[in-house]
Order: sequence, then structure tokens, then C-alpha cells
Amino acid sequence: MNVAFVSSRVRVEVATAVALARAGFRRYATYRQATLAAAATNSVFGFLRCFVLLAVAAADPATPTAGYTAEQLALYTWVSQALIGVVALWGWTDLSDRIRTGDVVSDLLRPIHPVLSYLYVDFGRAAYAALTRFVVPIAVGALAFSLYVPRQPATYPLFVLSVLLAVVVTFAARYLVNAVGFWLLDTRGVLMAWTVGTTLLTGLAFPVQFIPGWLPTVIWVATPFPSMMQAPLDVIVERGSSLSLVAEVAGQTAWAAVLLGLCWLVQRRATAKLVVQGG
Amino acid sequence: MAYRASFAIDLAVNAFVPLLDVATVIVLFQVTPDIGGFGADEVLVMFGLSALCFALADVAVGQIEKIRIFVRTGLMDAVLARPLSALGQLLCADLPLRKVSRVAVAFVILVVAVARAPIELTPARLALLIVAPVAGAVLFGAIFVATATVAFWWIDSGEFANALTYGGRDFTSFPVTVYGRVFRYLFAYGLGFAFVSYYPTLALLGRSDPLGAPAVLAWSSPVVAVPAALVASVIWRFGVRRYRSTGS
Amino acid sequence: MTSLVIEARGLRRDFAISKRIGRFRRQRSVVTAVDGIDLQIEAGEMLGYLGPNGAGKSTTIKMFTGVLRPTAGHLRVCGLVPVTQRRQLARQIGVVFGQRSQLWWDLPLRDSFELARHIWRVPPADHAARLARFVRELDLSFLDTPVRQLSLGQRMRAELTIALLHGPRVVFLDEPTIGLDVLSKQAVRAFLTELRDRGDTTVVLTTHDLSDIERLCRRLVVIDHGRVVHDGTLESLHARYGSRRAVVATLEEPLAEPVRLPGVDLVQSSADGRVLTFSLDGSRTPAGQLVATLAALGSLRDISIAEPAIEDVIARLYAGTA
Repeated sequence: MNVAFVSSRVRVEVATAVALARAGFRRYATYRQATLAAAATNSVFGFLRCFVLLAVAAADPATPTAGYTAEQLALYTWVSQALIGVVALWGWTDLSDRIRTGDVVSDLLRPIHPVLSYLYVDFGRAAYAALTRFVVPIAVGALAFSLYVPRQPATYPLFVLSVLLAVVVTFAARYLVNAVGFWLLDTRGVLMAWTVGTTLLTGLAFPVQFIPGWLPTVIWVATPFPSMMQAPLDVIVERGSSLSLVAEVAGQTAWAAVLLGLCWLVQRRATAKLVVQGG
Repeated sequence: MAYRASFAIDLAVNAFVPLLDVATVIVLFQVTPDIGGFGADEVLVMFGLSALCFALADVAVGQIEKIRIFVRTGLMDAVLARPLSALGQLLCADLPLRKVSRVAVAFVILVVAVARAPIELTPARLALLIVAPVAGAVLFGAIFVATATVAFWWIDSGEFANALTYGGRDFTSFPVTVYGRVFRYLFAYGLGFAFVSYYPTLALLGRSDPLGAPAVLAWSSPVVAVPAALVASVIWRFGVRRYRSTGS
Repeated sequence: MTSLVIEARGLRRDFAISKRIGRFRRQRSVVTAVDGIDLQIEAGEMLGYLGPNGAGKSTTIKMFTGVLRPTAGHLRVCGLVPVTQRRQLARQIGVVFGQRSQLWWDLPLRDSFELARHIWRVPPADHAARLARFVRELDLSFLDTPVRQLSLGQRMRAELTIALLHGPRVVFLDEPTIGLDVLSKQAVRAFLTELRDRGDTTVVLTTHDLSDIERLCRRLVVIDHGRVVHDGTLESLHARYGSRRAVVATLEEPLAEPVRLPGVDLVQSSADGRVLTFSLDGSRTPAGQLVATLAALGSLRDISIAEPAIEDVIARLYAGTA
């Protein structure tokens, strides 16, 4: 394997990724009003959730609740609202729309793997959300509440890595949910399962650790949902030991690999189906 | 026959929605015995009432969300051209019967919660149990209409309307005591959300308001629902008139 | 090393149709959309691909581009097997499908071309030179307009550009002039003529617009019911189907006696008998002979000879194979 060849191929691929990401960024940047409205909505929900979780912690102010102090819970709620837009938990139907209109055939005519092209565009989308929908709720929360401030310097880069992984995990999961449209016309059951999972198991409504017994461990290991939000949230509030946080990020990496692999497999099946049936 | 099966799926899917929310409340009480000075059974009454009011409003007036689509596609002009109430047309365009399952599940939750909570059912309280859901639904309905009307002017505002509609539902699921002062004034009294579930629950439980409001307020949700509906209809009429005159 | 860009032998595509009869039973049948097509297309050709609706044109094109798997037969495009080597083939072909777009909807047109440059890995200098050429030849004055806001004529010109920007060896155009205004149609036709004359790109042009065919394509493949019914030049098509030309003669005075020549029929005569319209079968009597005969018989004031209408021969061809 010629090193020069490999490095030039990598460079070309990176340039392509950057170009597609820029396209995604610019596309979402045109939705300025909707982004503003969404950030405002996230802020309102930030208030609602923060007050409730603070009340939960207030019952026993001395002891942390499931490993979270009150200030950690406050930061937790605001960052969770900030991350909703970055990982795009809901509302992504690009692939299923194209499947319905048949435009997905155009994807096959481009010399790039469809999953990669959607992924790169999603990075651009996430980047725009990071600049807008991420920043606003945190600023609002910081002004209105006393939020936990992460103490370890390693937390910040780990958080960035964790968010990146969360974007990939959520993207791959969304892709799979959309891809169901290749086989099923009626996706309501799948969509409801997605809503249940993303609301209850991602750490959005409550930290997964609030659930009693061994269920949280099962949820972490058997579902990708905590890897979408719970992991970066735990990292930023510095919950528990560094080892447990690194383990959570490792879990995200594993889920990212598994889900991307599934996307690749599903795409292959879907393409085979398309070329047999006719675009 | 396929339609009936599809409708059954719709009903089942919609039934999950209040279950998701009650799951959240139950999980929270796994880690604490008390939220805002109220125990699990009491908060569940509040939640049940809130869910029922919201679900009722959603079935009756929820279609108003479609107004954004109507305005964007220009169908609104066709609606306004007809000599019928625009609001009536919008609401009847497609009655969301599938959401009835949400009402049913919320009702069951409320009934179970009332049974478990320390409530002495007097005739007055029974009457409240019938009136409060309706009054609360009217209040939510008023919020739906008012926020949807803003869609006339600010097309992309739909997202923010969620903060007041779904936000309102989340707000009313918990005791008003948990919220900070400014936020409370805005939502609980300014928008009237405290009258949906908090005050009726206080009346049902026979508790006095930790926030010191007079006892009579606990029974007055119907009294608040009427002005709310009036305000909403004024906003609606203003919005339609403005839309008609500017055409955009 | 063959210079054949497309090589199809016995190409066949069946579709399984499942129709519901009554409430429970299903009737399964097989529809053969493409029934044994043999086709060989050389580099640099511009080929017109014609056929009535449902003839199998788009099915063939889909198989050529790799988005449809043939049921049987041998198929190589640019030396590759389209379905299994699709992504590799995508680098060497360009596609303009009428209803489908290769452009990015929400962004300015310029951005679509930039993205195409990356995805198709076009060297920047080549990309810049080609883009400048297309901007000039197709009058792409709307590079900063979002694709969503382009008119149909503008969008078609943009689709042509993005299909050719990476310098493909073969480009498939499916109805590129349909629904276009006159100016756009002219621009596209002029552009395609340039492309043909430059000779470095093979073009397969599917169209219902027969004037496109007349002006652009030297070779014509007509398919019907999944089979090739004609593969040759336009002249050979006319010759094969006995196309007739309309000859309109204006005389000083009506003819004393009728014209009797093989393959010449009087189709119409004006009331005063001075303007006569003939239908002429050129293979039996050359046009010149008819003119000479008319001049000899009477005082010929004016004559007009029209080319055989391609619509006629195509209509007859379609009707003949029905």
C-alpha cells in the first residue's frame, strides 16, 4: 500500500467531508428564525425542568440524588436542552422524505457512499446548532441559576469528544429509523418506539440513574439512547469517578461503531432492493 | 377494513403519549419522597388533571396547529373566502379522533390517582372533578388558539408556540411551589396555568396553598377559563382581520 | 481495447406484477419491459433514443446507469458492469433524469457545482475551465440563486452542467428539453450541438421532441415493446418507411391533364385548380422529375418542397408495430 496514495486519498476524502459539512451548515443557517424560536423554546423548557429537578434534590439537600448534587442537576438540565439541537434528537426526515419521493435514486448516481454523504452534511448541521442552539440555553441558565462549574481541565476536551460521538450515534440511529421507509410504508410504530426511547432513555426527562435497580446498566449496554445525551451530560457535570466517565465515552464509541455498521448493512440491503424493484 | 386497522394503530400510538409523561413523574419519585412539598400521590393527581385537560383541549382545538400549514400553502385564503367561521372550518377540517386515546389514558391515570390520594370526596369535590377538566381544557384551548394566531404574523413562530402549549402541560404537571418567583408569576398567574391543576388539586386535597393564596382561588378555575377564552377569541379575530387586510 | 462505450447483448428486464383479485387472491404476472435489446454505442456518438410511452426507454437507461438490475443479458458501460460497479461507473457518467434532480435544493447553484467538484474529485483547474465554458455556453447568469427558486429552463441548464462538470465519458439525457421555453430550448440545443461536434463525450438522448432528433442526432434507435425496431440514420428511417414529402405547386392556369407518375398522389387542389398539393414518394419518383413534369405540363409559377415530417414516420412506425 503506497503511503502517498493513501494520504492523498485521505486528503481528498477530508476535503469532500468538509465541503459537504459546509453545505449542511449553510443550509441550516438559512433557517434563522426557526433556530431562534427553537432556542427560545429550549430555554423555556430549561426553566421548567431545572425547577423540577431542583425540587427533587431539595427534599434532601445534604445527600446527592443518584450521584448528582443540586448544582450538578441544574447544569445537567440546561446542557440537556442545549444538546437537543446539536444531536438533533427529533425532526430529521431527510432520508425518509427522499425515499418517499423516489429522489433517493439520485443518491445512487453519485460516487459517494450515501451514509457518508448524509453523515458529513449532519456534521455541518451540528456545527451550526453548536453555535446557536447550544449557546443560548446555557447562557440563559447560567444567568438565572447557579450552575455547577466543571473543575477538572480534562472535562472540557472530553465533553467535546463525547458530544461528537453523541452526534454520530444519534445520526446513525436516525438514519436507521428513516431507512425503515425502504421496507415499510407505515412507520408509526417505529416512530413511537423512537419517541419513547429518546424521551425516557436518553437522560432528557431525567438522568437514567434515577431509574432504580440494575435497569440503568441494562439501558446503557443494550440501547444506544444514553450514548446520545446522558454520556456528555455526565461528563460535563463530572458525575462520579473519571473511570466511569471514560467508560461512558468508550460505550459511546462502541455504539457509534455498531450503529454505523448497521447503517452500512441496511444501506446495502436497501440498495439491492431498489435495483431489483426499479428506482 | 385496512382503515380500521390503521386507526387502531393510531389509537395505540397515541395512548403512549400520556404514559411517557406519567413514567417521568413516577421515576422522579423513585429518588425523592417529596416534590415542592407534595408527595407522590398528590403530585399524581395534579399530573392526571393536567394530562386530562391537555388531552381534551388537544382533541377539541388541537387542529389549530394546522394553521401554519394553511397559511404557508395559501389554503387560509380559501378558508377565509367562505361565509363560515374560519375557526370552525379549521377545527372541523380533520377532527383528530385518534387523540381520544390520550384522553382515555389520562382519565384512567386521574381516576387511579384520586383513588390513591388522601381525598375525602364531598359532593362539591365531585363537582370540581367534573368541572375542572373542562375549565382547564378551555384554558389550554385558549392558549392553543392565541399562539396559533401568532402564526399569522410570524410564520416560523410555530416552534416557540410549543414552549407555551407543551411547556404549559409540563408546568401544570407539578406543583407551582417548585418554580421560581418570576417564572411563577408569568406562567401560573399571567397565563393562568395555576388554575388548571394546582388549585383544583389543593381544593381536592383540602390543603391550603403553601404560597398563601386565598382558599377561594382553589375553586375558581371555571371563573378563569371564561376570560381566557374571551381573550383568545379577541386575539383570533384580530389576527384574522389583520391577515385579511394585509394578505400575508 | 474496444472503443465501445455501451455494449448490450440480449438485455432483458422483467417486472413481477402482483394484482389483487377480489378480496383475498392475488394474480401474479410478469411484464417484460425490455425484451432482448442489442446495442453498441461508440465513443463520441450522439444517439437519439426514441419510443412511445411504455416502450422501455427509461428502463433501459436505468439499467445502463446501474440503478436497475437486468433480468438477463450482457451489459457493459465504460467497460464496467453497471449494477455491481455502480459507484465506480458514477465517476464516468453523467445523468439528467427529467423528474429527478442532481442539485442540492436549498443552496445557491454555485454551491451545487462546488460540491460536485469534491464528490467527483475533479481537478480544480479542469473544474474551473469547464464551469467557465458552461456558464458561457448555457448562459448561467443565476449562479447565486437558490436552486429551489430556479425556473424550469434554468434548472435544466443547471442539471446539464452538473452532469457534465466532471468530464464524463458518457452522459444520459432523459427529455432535457421537455417543458422548456423557446429560448431555453434553443440554448440547450445549441449547447448539445457544440457537445456533439467536440466529439469527446458520448450522449444518449431520450426524447419525444422529434425536432431535437432531427437537429442533433445522426443515429437513431427506436424501441417499442421492449425491442429495437430501428437502429440507423434518419434518412434510412425515412427510406425504410416510405416517407412522403409534400410538394405544393402554384400554377398560372389549372392543368389540362392530371399528373401521372408513380408515387405521386394529388392530395389537395384549390378551388380554381391553380394551387396543387402532392404527396411524393421520393423513392419512386425523384422530386426533380415531378417539378420538370409540372413545368412541362403547365406554367409553373412557384413550387415548394417540404422535408418528410418526422412525426409522420414515427407515428406510422409506432402504429405499425402496435
